[in-house]
Order: sequence, then structure tokens, then C-alpha cells
Amino acid sequence: MSRVAVLKGGRSLEREISLRSGQRAQDALRDLGHDVEGIDVDHDLVRRLRELRPDVCFLAMHGRDGEDGTVQELLEILGIPYTGSAVSACIRCTDKVLAKHHFVDAGIPTPPFFAFTETAFKQLGAAETLGDIAQQLGFPIVVKPADQGSSFGLRVARSAAELPGALVAAFSYSSKVLLEQHVDGRDLAVSVLDGEALPIVEAVPQDGAYDFEARYEFGQTRFVCPAELDEQVAASARELAVAVYRLLGCRDVARVDLLCDADGGLHVLEANVIPGLTETSLLPLAADAAGIPFAELVGRLTDAALARG
Amino acid sequence: MRRRSPRPAAHEIERYAGLFASRTRGMKSSAMRDLMAITERPEVISLAGGLPDTSTFPAESFASIMAKVAVDSCAAALQYGPTEGLALTKHAIRHVMAAEGTEVDPEDILVTTGGQQVIDLVCKTLLDPGDVVVAEAPTYPGAIPSFCSYQADVVQIEMDGDGMPIDVLEETLDRLEAEGRKPKFIYTIPNFQNPGGVTMSLPRRKRLVEVAIEREILVLEDNPYGLLRYEGEPLPTLLSLGGAPYVIYLGTFSKILSAGLRLGWAVAPAPVLAKMNLGKQGADLCSSSLTQHFVAAYFAEGRWEPYLESLRGLYRGRRDVMLEALAEHFPAAATWTQPEGGLFVWATLPEQVDTTDLLVRALQRNVAFVPGRGAYLDGRGGASMRLNFSGVGDDDIREGVRRIGEVVAEQLDLFGAITGERGAPATGPAEPTEPDPALADVLHLPRSARPHRKTDSA
Repeated sequence: MSRVAVLKGGRSLEREISLRSGQRAQDALRDLGHDVEGIDVDHDLVRRLRELRPDVCFLAMHGRDGEDGTVQELLEILGIPYTGSAVSACIRCTDKVLAKHHFVDAGIPTPPFFAFTETAFKQLGAAETLGDIAQQLGFPIVVKPADQGSSFGLRVARSAAELPGALVAAFSYSSKVLLEQHVDGRDLAVSVLDGEALPIVEAVPQDGAYDFEARYEFGQTRFVCPAELDEQVAASARELAVAVYRLLGCRDVARVDLLCDADGGLHVLEANVIPGLTETSLLPLAADAAGIPFAELVGRLTDAALARG
Repeated sequence: MRRRSPRPAAHEIERYAGLFASRTRGMKSSAMRDLMAITERPEVISLAGGLPDTSTFPAESFASIMAKVAVDSCAAALQYGPTEGLALTKHAIRHVMAAEGTEVDPEDILVTTGGQQVIDLVCKTLLDPGDVVVAEAPTYPGAIPSFCSYQADVVQIEMDGDGMPIDVLEETLDRLEAEGRKPKFIYTIPNFQNPGGVTMSLPRRKRLVEVAIEREILVLEDNPYGLLRYEGEPLPTLLSLGGAPYVIYLGTFSKILSAGLRLGWAVAPAPVLAKMNLGKQGADLCSSSLTQHFVAAYFAEGRWEPYLESLRGLYRGRRDVMLEALAEHFPAAATWTQPEGGLFVWATLPEQVDTTDLLVRALQRNVAFVPGRGAYLDGRGGASMRLNFSGVGDDDIREGVRRIGEVVAEQLDLFGAITGERGAPATGPAEPTEPDPALADVLHLPRSARPHRKTDSA
């Protein structure tokens, strides 16, 4: 039995989802016999951790501060082992632009893109390049903040007239914004656990795009696991996901999101270092399909972190 | 060690989804609610709530009233009561309504669990899936979940400075009638509308009552703020203008005494009230006897009017602070309402500002408001916001408005930098559009039962 602190909540836009992920992890860890303390991350996080002196931290924080390496850095300083990827992989994954540059450099297929900071528009006249961007990417263009999860701030611009609004929207969430070629395809998520791909999940939204609401509401999305794919395509998707996991230096677990176009072509969008653990999240679903119940999943992640302690 | 029964696994989602009623498709969580959870953090100045300030209610008065209830009515206060409410509560309600020049008989009153329950009961009693409800645009955001869960097709009518234009209402009713779709009821907040901050003029009130009677359409008159008037002459309720045959009146103690008591009431034509009574039996049997006794004892003390006057003084001052701050910090192209009462100002920014996105930027500065889309069912309101001035003090109002003004300026500046247009001029209200599905990532927009039908604008 170990003393486990489950870190959740915080000020990220994904706070509520994180609280749900954290609560589920806490319940599972208790059932496994651990001494569990849930911490809704706040100003006094470091003080509480010093008082509590946990053997390990289970990270259930999503988005900013949780997935971008911030809390991992603090835990490194405090010398407390934690679940999931270390600081550098968090930074590489959270910044979707950086991750995509890694994909391009390594020959991993990803939709063509450009990225800008707010400063580029305000100080460097980047607006004048929008025509070139549109010409090279073609409409529709997906505009999204570089470092938000759960499709927060994501817009699809279908024409030049829609680009400014989409950019302003995305800049509300982040100082860096990604403009990406739209790929019409099926949403696939491949979770990688300990370097091995779990069964692929396809998210089939019942009502339009796979957006925030579809992600977290019962009945809004139909999940198919394992996804009904041509075996060759499925094998490629799993290989790609593992390649992404290794390329970005992930540890313990990651969820790689891809699109599969009509020709079976795969396009990697991003990797998430702290995938959701809610009742409607994809990692638990994939693990379950692989015969790994939720409690075992959470237990394995915790044990791996403890072994590093 | 605590052991729990195993929780349902993720792959069982579909099993549960199949168990839900079809109306739950209209009942959804939203990213907006998650954003609003962040506004509850102590460092955030929230101009988003609709909260009355309960901090000025004297604690000793609370204690003495509770003591009196304990001594005089202990057993009754701890017991169930009649569904329609206790006679002594109705007595207090008649006092409150008389203060607005409206006389009612006790048997026409149904005591409810907050005013919100009246909205729910009216929907429950009157609406079949797809039935039409006519509402103001913008409308009370809290009514939208009720309309959606009863699968109403809501047609919204744009207000002007005098509230809902009745000529536009009549045109809309004609059109709907031609389509064979007579509305089940018209929902209006005539006084200091939430969120619009405007008040329906007397001629419009009179005409609305006439229209309701001529066309035999019920009107739900939601009046939480009528006694919170800070300037100008009080206007009569629809009910008191001869509307009794077709007006369902909604009142509440939330804004004049306490929202925590959860007590409101309905006054309705007898057959409607009887059905609502049956609906309430199914919902909660009766509203809290304890808080009903509290209200009765409070009104028996005879100090409710001075307390109300103190609230009016407090809110009047805060409203003035907010209006001054808006003039100082909002761009020249912005417009906002000058409410004569109530709790809210409705501000509209240049159309290129999307207040849903703006909220994210504002939260980074620890300030919050309600984005305008929350008050529409058809995707409009994107450039507007609701600001509350009753729930926070003067300094926070000034600082909150200053910060919002700052992020508005940033947003306009950025838009200018991206489009090459600096300082774009103010424009009229944006064309009504269908909700952008991509926006659902930020704000869930409830889908109306007939999503492709355009609604009217004034």
C-alpha cells in the first residue's frame, strides 16, 4: 500500500473534466488498497505536497499546468515520482506546433500547417500572408490554439472571410495559433500503454463534429472499439501511434489522435500525455477492449511511477 | 478500508445512452458550464452571476425569525404542507403583490420552489414536443434549459428600448398561425428584463394583454424584479391590466428577501393552476414548510419594506457605478442598456467581437460575464454580454468593467491587425444565423426542435 496523491482540477479550461478523471482514479486506487488523497490543485499545492509526503503523484490534470510540464517540473524539484511523461515530452506534446514539426522532420504524416503568434499579426504584418496560406492549404482551414485540449477554441474557416474571426477566437485561448489543412476523415484515437498500442477507438459523432460536448456527454458520440478498419490500415495506425510516442519521448501512456481519410491514408494530429479518464474517455475504453479493466490501468500507471521513485 | 461497488465501465456508455428519454438530447452539459466553474474561484471578479446581495440581511433578524418559527410553529414547520402552499405564506404573497398594485385571491396562488419551478411547471403543463413558445430576444438564460427539456420550438422576438414590440409579436403570431402552429404561451419579463435590462412600456403592456385575450394565448409574466425599481414610475403588471384570464404570473422572494429560501409563486387562471398543482405534486409534493414559515414570520415583523428600500439604495448605487465604468472603459462603438431597476446591464460590442471567446480572455484577467449567446436559442447574441451589478461591491464593479474593457480593446486591436481594418465602426445587430457547430466547443447552443427555421427579428 502506498500513499498516492491524485492531482486534479486546477485552473485549466478542462478543470471539470479533470475533476471527473481524478475522482475515478481516486476510487480505483482506493479499491486497490492505496492510501489516496485527492488534491484540487491550487496556490498551496507545493505546501500540501510537502505536508502529505506522498510516495507517488497520480496526475489527472488536463490542459495547461497539468499537461504542459509545469506540474511535472515541480514534482521533479520535490523529488516525488509521478505518473506519465516527464517534462520534455510534455512540452513537445502540448505545443501542437512543436509536435507537428517533429512529425514533419521524422516523416510522420500530418496535415500541412502554418503557425503564428499574436505578435506576428500585431508587429510583423503577418496578415498579409493570409492569402498565401489560403492558397497553399486550401479551404476549409482548421484554426486552433497551439496548446488547448478538448477542441477548445477550434474553428473551421470555410472561406477567407471566416479566417479573421477564427484566428481571433483561437488567440483568445493561446498566444500561438495553428492553421491546418482540413482533412475529411474518420476520428481515430490510438492509446499507447508502456510503448504498446491498445485497440483503436473510432469516435463517431451523432450530431455533427466531434466537439467538446460530444466528447463528454453520454449518448452524443458512438464509440467503436476496436474500430472497424481494414487490418492493414489498423496496423499502420498502431505503428504510427507507437512511433509518435517514441518520437516525442512519451512515458507510461499517451493517446495519439489521427484522421483516416477515404483512401485509408492516415494523418497524425496530436499526442496527449494525460488522456482523459472519465466515463466517456477513450483511453479507458481502449484499455478495457484490451482486457485491462480501469482499476488495473490506473494501478499499472501508479506502479510504473513508484518503480521510478 | 472503504470498498465500493464497481463503477460502470466506459464501454457500457451505449447501454446507458439507450436508457435515456429522447428529451434528454436537449439536456446537455456545456463547455460554458465548465468555464463558469472557473468563475467561482475567489480571485475572479464575477459579473456573471445573477445573485442578489444577501450580505446586508441582518443576522440578528434572521436569528430572531428562526427562533420565533421554532417557538411558535416547530411541528408545522418540520411537517409536509399542502401542495398549493400555506395560507400564511399566501398572505405574505398578497402583501408583496399589493405593493405592485396587483390584488389576488389566495386560492389563485400556488406557492412554488423558487420562480424557476413556475417556468418548469408551465412547460410541463402546456407543452408537447415541438410546441411553439414565443420569448423575447434575448431571453432569460435560465428558462432555456426548461424550454429545451420539454422540446419546445422557441421563437424569439428582438426587443427594443421599450421591451418586446407587440406589432412584431402580432406579425409573428399571424405567420405562425398561417403555418398552423399556434404558440402555447408567450414568455415575457416586463420589468428590467433579464438579461436585456429594458422595461416594457405601458402601451405595449396594454396591447399585449389585448392580444392574449383576442387570440386566447397564455402569457407567462415573469416578474422577479418589479419591486427593485431605482428610478421612474412603476408600471402595472400584465395581470392587473385585466390579463387575469390569460396571464400566468410568476413571483419570487429571491430578489426581495432571499434566493436561498427557494420560494416563489404562480398566479394563474383556475384550470391552469389546477394542472400546475398536479404537476407540482409529482415534482416535490410541496415547497419547504420551514422556509414558508420563515417568510410568514418575516412579513409579520413588518420590516420587509425598509429592507427592500435598503436593497434599492444599494443596487441603485452599484448600477450607477457600472454605468459610469462602462462609459469610461468600453469602446465608443459599444452600446448598453440603462436599466431603471433589476440586476443587469446588457452590453453590445462591435460585431467583430465574439463575447464567448472574449470570456476566455477575460478569465485570464480574473473577470467574468455571461456571453450573449446564452440568452438566445438561435445563435444570435454573439457580440453581447450580460453584466450583473447586484452581487459585487463598487470597487469590484469598477475593476471588473475596466478589465473587460481592456480585453475588448485587445480583441478589436487584434481583429484590426488581422484584417487591416483599424477601429472598425459600430454596426447594427448581426444578422441572425444558425449556430456555428464549431462553436459548440465553447458554448453549447441548444438545438431547437426545428433547427432550420429562421426566427423573427424586430
